[in-house]
Amino acid sequence: MKKVYQHLFGGNEGALGLVILAIILAVILPASLDIFRLNLVGKYISYAFVAVGLVLLWGNTGVLSLGQGIFFGLGGYCMAMFLKLEASDPISTKIQSTPGIPDFMDWNQLTHLPALWVPFKSFPFALFAIVALPALLAYILGTAMFKRRVGGVYFAVITQAVALIVSLGIDGNQGYTGGRNGITDLRTLLGWDIRTKSAQYTLYYVAVALLIGCILVGRIVLSTRMGRVLLAMKEREDRVRFSGYDVANFKVFVFCLAAAMSALGGAMFVLQVGFISPSLVGIVPSIEMVIFAAVGGKMSLLGAVYGTLVVNTGKSLFSETFPQLWLFLMGGLFIAVVMFFPNGLAGLWVVVRERLPGLKRRVIRTAVSAATQSAVIPAKLANSEGGE
Amino acid sequence: MANRTDFLLTIEDLTVSFDGFKAVDGLNLYVDRNELRVIIGPNGAGKTTVLDLICGKTKATAGSIVFKDRQLIGLPEHKIVHAGIGRKFQTPSIYENLTVFENLEISYPTGRSVMGCLAFRRSEDVIERIESVAKSVFLQDYLHVEGAFLSHGQKQWLEIGMLLMQDPELLMLDEPVAGMSPAEREQTVELLKRICEKRAILVIEHDMEFVQKIAHRVTVLHLGKTLAEGRMEDVRNNQKVRDVYLGH
Repeated sequence: MKKVYQHLFGGNEGALGLVILAIILAVILPASLDIFRLNLVGKYISYAFVAVGLVLLWGNTGVLSLGQGIFFGLGGYCMAMFLKLEASDPISTKIQSTPGIPDFMDWNQLTHLPALWVPFKSFPFALFAIVALPALLAYILGTAMFKRRVGGVYFAVITQAVALIVSLGIDGNQGYTGGRNGITDLRTLLGWDIRTKSAQYTLYYVAVALLIGCILVGRIVLSTRMGRVLLAMKEREDRVRFSGYDVANFKVFVFCLAAAMSALGGAMFVLQVGFISPSLVGIVPSIEMVIFAAVGGKMSLLGAVYGTLVVNTGKSLFSETFPQLWLFLMGGLFIAVVMFFPNGLAGLWVVVRERLPGLKRRVIRTAVSAATQSAVIPAKLANSEGGE
Repeated sequence: MANRTDFLLTIEDLTVSFDGFKAVDGLNLYVDRNELRVIIGPNGAGKTTVLDLICGKTKATAGSIVFKDRQLIGLPEHKIVHAGIGRKFQTPSIYENLTVFENLEISYPTGRSVMGCLAFRRSEDVIERIESVAKSVFLQDYLHVEGAFLSHGQKQWLEIGMLLMQDPELLMLDEPVAGMSPAEREQTVELLKRICEKRAILVIEHDMEFVQKIAHRVTVLHLGKTLAEGRMEDVRNNQKVRDVYLGH
């Protein structure tokens, strides 16, 4: 039992952090914000899935992807396709020349539902596709690149190019994808109106629960031997090969995991915001999501969530008052974080905590890894008594 | 072919050329089971390159490397490790952000696939094994110290310990005593003699006193070729060797 507790929550310290986050998200924010603002937070939470995935991929594996928007978007599109089909029943679309197909298809002179769309009539298939399609794409991209030992900057640039290609591809095929406008006017999920206030509350809580689920999955992965191998790979990838590991497989695995998490976020985005468009798939959102993770702390699963919330809240507040300035501020923020707080908010928290009396670490670990890793990796599990 | 199988490692006509420069040039090398072979030679003789070729870090231009009847040329690095070859690099290559315990644990030779890692449990056997290896490389009191905090010599030992965890049949050590104090060198001599009882070891070293103490046989490389081979005393007295290397 103790072992499971250590594994899942990273002991007392990790569990406390998670509980605090859960209380903030599930109690404090809903109690203090009106539904409009809470819905905005729900939108940020769907970005946080991507940031959590990036903590695994970038922070812990050392692979920077500038194309996580692809997977966020794919997950979102899978969800939106199902919802759009449900919203396009023959009765509500009877004024179209071809009733029963989504409105944008009718506008583009399509006369029947494209084969790609047909399976998305099934809710179980759509749910499956939300996670499976992005993971499959990540598997293909990852295998193609990591097996050839493409990494670092090259990998980042290629993912960025793929993000551009995917967003242009969606943009350019209006009849099949809704084009630049995306898929809009989504109404019900299995007959349940997702636009009502109560539905938005429910979806918000579903998003929070799923996000915490993703954090737990991340912690489990990092707490196993995998976590140590990833850290080792980040430091000396070559050496790990000579310890007998096929490095590429590990990168592919984490890339797929991060993609699946991003896709869940995309699906929750669509449910809460009610639309998806190629502007959420391309380069800009992909880079923004990296900034969320960087601000929160690229090594910290919890930090990524805070980073996402803080940056997006700042974005909302500032872009309401100084719309022109926001982008400069965001760029400046990113540079400042990289230069002065390479471990983001999580790193800042460590500095604060180190100064508080009575909370000093007993284990010899560098300050940052103490907060960001030992909470996650109960490495001393079996041996902590003996060695100190 | 029959006589080749007597050797643990059979290298024949091995050549690698970097933009026309032949770092290793038609090399033949045969290593017996439980043999401790030292490769010496001047800088640029191709010593490290030979180890790189064996462990798959560098791809050979021509030739063959057969280990226990298995052709190693073309195998990826991790498969060569699985075949039973461990490699220590010239500069100590340990994971500085992991503890000694974790460094050794990573080298434990089961569960090295993705799923294997997720399912890997730190069982009593694993812990016992790690503790016994740590003891044999003099690091039993440092199990929970991060690699970055070890002294240079301790890092060297830790890397040897990581190889021992893999339980390889052939251990390749590139300058294992570089940067060690005389006392640490003595301990390393004992360590190598002990671990050589169960496996073959291929060592690159410049410290002739150290080589004298450990080597069963010595191979002198020069310009990518074998210049001389035999017992240390014979090699020492070889005029060609004195001219290019030991005479200075």
